Amino acid sequence: MLSMSTNNLSYNDQGGTDSAVEVGQETTPTSSNAGAGFGLFSVDFKKNDDLKEMLESNKESLKLEAMKRVVGLKKLVYVYLVRYAEEQQDLALLSISTFQRALKDPNQLIRASALRVLSSIRVPIIVPIMMLAIKEAASDMSPYVRKTSAHAIQKLYSLDQDQKDLLIEVIEKLLKDKSTLVAGSVVMAFEEVCPDRIDLIHKNYRKLCNLLVDVEEWGQVVIISMLTRYARTQFTSPWKEDGVFDEHSERAFYESDEEKTRNEPEAKPYMMDPDHRLLLRNTKPLLQSRNTAVVMSVAQLYWHLAPKNEVSIVTKSLVRLLRSHREVQYIVLQNIASMSIQRKGMFEPYMKSFYVRSTDATHIKSLKLEILTSLANEANISTVLREFQTYVKSQDKEFAAGTIQAIGRCATNISEVTDTCLNGLVLLLSNRDETVVAESVVVIRKLLQTQPTQHSDIIKHMAKLFDNITVPMARASILWLMGEYCERVPKIAPDVLRKMAKSFTSEEDIVKLQTVNLAAKLYLTNSKQTKLLTQYILNLGKYDQNYDIRDRTRFIRQLIVPNDKNGALSKYAHRILLAPKPAPLLESAYKDRDRYQLGTLSHTINTKASGYLELSDWPAVAPDQSVRNVEVIEPVKEWAPSLWKTGKSKPAKSSDDKFYSDSGEEEEEGSGSSSSEDGSSSSEESGSDAESRVENSSQSSEESDESSSQSEKSSSESESDSEKKKRKTKTPLQKKTVKPTAKDGDSDGNVAKEASSSSAEESSSDSESDSDAHTDSDSGTEHKKKTKSKAKPKVEVKSKKEVSLLDLGDFTPAPVTQLKSSILSPSLLGDLEGMSLSNVSSTIQVSGPAFVPEKSHDLLHRMTGKGLSAQYQFPRQPCLYQPTMVSVQISLTNTSDHPLEQIHIGDRSPTGLNIHCFNTVECLEPEASVTVFMGIDFNDSTQAANFQLCTKEDHFSVSIQPAVGDLFLPITMTELDFRKEQGKLLGMNESSATITMAAENMTSQPISRPVATVANLGVVPSGQDDIHRFAGKTASSGAVVLVTVELRESSTALITINTEKSVMGSMLLRDLKQALAQA
Amino acid sequence: MIHSLFLVNSSGDIFLEKHWKSVVSRSVCDYFFEAQERASEPENVPPVIPTPHHYLISVLRHRIYFVAVIQSEVPPLFVIEFLHRVVDTFQDYFGVCTEAAIKDNVVVVYELLEEMLDNGFPLATESNILKELIKPPTILRTVVNTITGSTNVGEQLPTGQLSVVPWRRTGVKYTNNEAYFDVVEEIDAIIDKSGSTITAEIQGVIDACVKLTGMPDLTLSFMNPRLLDDVSFHPCVRFKRWEAERILSFIPPDGNFRLLSYHVSSQNLVAIPVYVKHNITFREGSSQGRFELTLGPKQTMGKGVEAVLVSSQLPRGVLNTNLNPTQGTYTFDPVTKLLSWDVGKINPQKLPSLKGSMSLQAGASKPDENPTINIQFKIQQSALSGLKVNRLDMYGEKYKPFKGIKYMTKAGKFQVRT
Repeated sequence: MLSMSTNNLSYNDQGGTDSAVEVGQETTPTSSNAGAGFGLFSVDFKKNDDLKEMLESNKESLKLEAMKRVVGLKKLVYVYLVRYAEEQQDLALLSISTFQRALKDPNQLIRASALRVLSSIRVPIIVPIMMLAIKEAASDMSPYVRKTSAHAIQKLYSLDQDQKDLLIEVIEKLLKDKSTLVAGSVVMAFEEVCPDRIDLIHKNYRKLCNLLVDVEEWGQVVIISMLTRYARTQFTSPWKEDGVFDEHSERAFYESDEEKTRNEPEAKPYMMDPDHRLLLRNTKPLLQSRNTAVVMSVAQLYWHLAPKNEVSIVTKSLVRLLRSHREVQYIVLQNIASMSIQRKGMFEPYMKSFYVRSTDATHIKSLKLEILTSLANEANISTVLREFQTYVKSQDKEFAAGTIQAIGRCATNISEVTDTCLNGLVLLLSNRDETVVAESVVVIRKLLQTQPTQHSDIIKHMAKLFDNITVPMARASILWLMGEYCERVPKIAPDVLRKMAKSFTSEEDIVKLQTVNLAAKLYLTNSKQTKLLTQYILNLGKYDQNYDIRDRTRFIRQLIVPNDKNGALSKYAHRILLAPKPAPLLESAYKDRDRYQLGTLSHTINTKASGYLELSDWPAVAPDQSVRNVEVIEPVKEWAPSLWKTGKSKPAKSSDDKFYSDSGEEEEEGSGSSSSEDGSSSSEESGSDAESRVENSSQSSEESDESSSQSEKSSSESESDSEKKKRKTKTPLQKKTVKPTAKDGDSDGNVAKEASSSSAEESSSDSESDSDAHTDSDSGTEHKKKTKSKAKPKVEVKSKKEVSLLDLGDFTPAPVTQLKSSILSPSLLGDLEGMSLSNVSSTIQVSGPAFVPEKSHDLLHRMTGKGLSAQYQFPRQPCLYQPTMVSVQISLTNTSDHPLEQIHIGDRSPTGLNIHCFNTVECLEPEASVTVFMGIDFNDSTQAANFQLCTKEDHFSVSIQPAVGDLFLPITMTELDFRKEQGKLLGMNESSATITMAAENMTSQPISRPVATVANLGVVPSGQDDIHRFAGKTASSGAVVLVTVELRESSTALITINTEKSVMGSMLLRDLKQALAQA
Repeated sequence: MIHSLFLVNSSGDIFLEKHWKSVVSRSVCDYFFEAQERASEPENVPPVIPTPHHYLISVLRHRIYFVAVIQSEVPPLFVIEFLHRVVDTFQDYFGVCTEAAIKDNVVVVYELLEEMLDNGFPLATESNILKELIKPPTILRTVVNTITGSTNVGEQLPTGQLSVVPWRRTGVKYTNNEAYFDVVEEIDAIIDKSGSTITAEIQGVIDACVKLTGMPDLTLSFMNPRLLDDVSFHPCVRFKRWEAERILSFIPPDGNFRLLSYHVSSQNLVAIPVYVKHNITFREGSSQGRFELTLGPKQTMGKGVEAVLVSSQLPRGVLNTNLNPTQGTYTFDPVTKLLSWDVGKINPQKLPSLKGSMSLQAGASKPDENPTINIQFKIQQSALSGLKVNRLDMYGEKYKPFKGIKYMTKAGKFQVRT
């Protein structure tokens, strides 16, 4: 019964007999539909009776069954309501109270669907109710309900635009939401309601970038297109001075996290805003999405935002989309057509992907043709033309004609082949198909116009063919050519005119017009031979049926035939009729298409679609970028091969959003809070929340499973796990909520310990790893909360001895271990527990480098390297592979004339040298260069690292010699901490010298510049003007290095260095003396 | 976003409509019908048609046009991708996506459409979530529904929608735990007249059928991952891990899904598995044409070439054909001029051939173009690129699943120009 009634309600198959009747039925569902509705309920009375019984019965199973049926019923009622509420408002109103009640339901899914239906009822009276419901749902605990409220915003807005201001408030609130479920929907609402309120995005920009990978695919598309618009208003153009940028792209990439660099007067003209880079970096993985819309939106983002040299990474993905459905191909090809006009190089390697197949639809064929034409250049034109030859013979004549036009375009663009093309086209003139011939004639005419002097033989040839050509457009074209270049074919032209005079009456209008023109031109140039013919034709034209022709004839006659009245104009007849005419431009229909944002509807239809938002031009000066700062500048992450998350040590279900994302912190916070929400909601909701129960139980079962699988893990996996954890410790994040119970327990120095003890993990007992798995999901959050928690000024900093984090869980009574607990054996844990409090200071943090020297050093000269040259430099970033390593950036260039294969690192010495090699470079083409990163553990000495750089054929011994300053990592601390640390490093650990400062260092520059140049140290804010302090730690052992520069009178300065690494201290002192005293 | 959806059959009738916002009159489809009339072939209807107040974006699948009505700027691919998702879902639910199937299951269709979009914005497009919400129809359930009057609306609440692994439902249970992976490669090629390869590419997919209890975490590694040049993943695959180690690590959806599609880098030379010898000639002035076609295997790595199907669109001038196949059957449709020859398996000892004559329209000049020959074939147990799965491991669950991997090569768009 139910199924039948729905049939009546919405299924509208009348066999398509009379559409007007159908429309009528569709929009006025009066009596019959209402009847059906009643029918539904009346017959269901019986069922409702037993429903009642069932609900009242004692048996749980029966009750459940009844509930299920009620839910099922509800659904169809909802569908009905939504569809017909607008027409039958009074009836719809009756239902409102039910939904209002359902909005308070303990089950989040019911709350969500009630809101969904309520907001879909398009009845203006309930706007205030809707508004209230939306507001409430926006702060619901369940992210799913919040998502629904974001959807409801759009519905309410389309119902009543006056609510805009209130709705913007809700949007603002929802934009702050950290759930991936909400992000896509709220941005959609933003785009619909207030796309101009870019200011709402600032604070959420970084969060959106980081969440992007995990947002559902449809949301991704919306967010990406919004962020594209945003970026064009907030960042400066990366397109200026491309040449300079090319060489430095990699470098800029790494420096980008440090804003300080930018503030310094740099020689470099453009530095990409780190937020700009963040967007580009976080969208790149989405090119691999299976959703074609997502791929396209990333491609357009790169096109509109990325530096020119980076755009080409989208090529492969776009070409991949060409394998998809016909409609997808159509859109993608259109966009490629626009791109390929500006950037041929992008798609040239993939030219074969655009070869036409006989099974392609016509519009696909012509788009491919368009692209092939754009891609054609001197090098590949012969291939393209050969391909075109096949197309010309196609059965699809429309396509064949298009090909001829394409050949014409190639001929004008590439002067080398103009003659070949012309000859080819002339051959086509003898084709059997009229359309082909006609198109050829037209194209030849255009081509000849560009260079008429050389081709009188072709004109003659065409004159010969004239008798056989019947297509009017082609005949007209030939006549025009004759007239225009009649002086080049003085014998033939009059003859053609003679033939035309014979057949004039039976010609098409367009041919007649050109005949009149030809006659006029010949009369002017060769009146002796053609005077009579012309007059004959003009007479014929005078009595033609077509008024255009009569008109033209009259005009020509007045112009050329001299008589008394028109003397003034006929003097100029020659100049009027035989003026040199500009050659027509053969250019692509896609030439200026990219004035519309790629991937948009407007681009596809080449007109502005309603609701299209223009991409603004880049601002000349970037607006204030600090608007995007949330409380603390979030450390921007680099991509890192080892940074993927295995998720192995975590229960799969509860932590998924963590390991599917590369935005660990944001995510974890979200999941942490939602899991606690789950917990609390289940208790609040008296256990009726089946959903959360399911989740919990599955979680725990997985946890146990997890523990069993733990032992199977290979050592490499555990290593990467610990690396991941290390990174977390290095990227402290501040959180707004501080749990009072959380202890201070985190620092960065302990990582060294961890790495060495990672082997302990394998031997650790099962029970231990179990506890690890148990607490992992929670601890992620706690851990971060701790880092935020206030610094204890009295804490000693002895990072070398720092131990792992220990913590008491917030919720579990037993002490549970922090992230790295599995590394330590239980007994050690106990020992260390007491120490953790006194040993740790959360204020000392590794910061980004203050300055990165440009200088690069030769690693391998191209002469010794048989064409392979290598240079290295220190990017001064914490090494991604292991924290004890110093990262080294190596640029490899192939200066030889043959590709070099399999470039990798071979033997090393001393043999114990710990190197993280770069991935083997499979093949380096001639003239190409590639930048790779490696990590070297110098073990806090300036001893050179020697290793072999190997290619497939050769190996070369090379060595990297670090300056002492490159072995540090900058840290930040307060002045107070600095003094305290210094107090501990006196005597043997202190070295100092007095120097005479160079004049320039005293005046023009802050002292920090030369110091930062010499050594990778962080600046410690100082209360005094004349004392400058810098702090860092050694990469390998993590020993603190403190530098004080005290300016004295008469341009002297006292440099003091405190570190327990006294050798390094004295070396650094020497370097600093040199740098500061430099004249 | 998407305002309304109209389903139009090949004869130009609207047989289903659905509106997500206010109702749009059917008359908007007149613009579509106009375009449909103009187009010579059904495929030639432009996918995007602007009308004065709306924009129509359509896809054609299974000879049904799915016409979406939109009112303002939206990325066209967004709509197209969604429409294809709708078709995929119908296919998934009803086995086929035909007008009859849609009409038979109209209730489910409406329920699905209602869930897939909310106010025009996609809500639930994952088949796993949808199946939790709305049960696919089975014969048994249809019978039961007619008797009891209940619907297909799922009885559970859709928990998947709340999950961060939206593609997998919770509480999956199987008695036989099994995971099958099919590596299917398609070769696209254009072979020119003389038999030389103009372009050849291999595109592959890995389709999976995973029926595993609980929340398994799988890793799949390849012997030679470098072959994969450009990949696109199901959202379940952890991208970072692939980037770093070239290992596929994922929590699989339940049931059938496409894990990965890839493109084999173009540097590797593609071995063309079959060759075609052809001699198709039309003589000037004669009303007869010769037609000869022989197929043979070439570089098939010792595997048999099966399910071979040759089709060709003959020129309009051909009235009829009189051909003799050495094996299989051939048909020629004098109206559409489509010749198709179902060859079956190629026996290397006795190569299949199709020979005979074509009768041409008397008096008409000989056709300019020789027809293009499209070939379909399958080669079992071999992936043409040589891609090999190394191992499949499962974490997170205790039982031992049954694992199976199958390789297959198919012809994609394989064309021989004559």
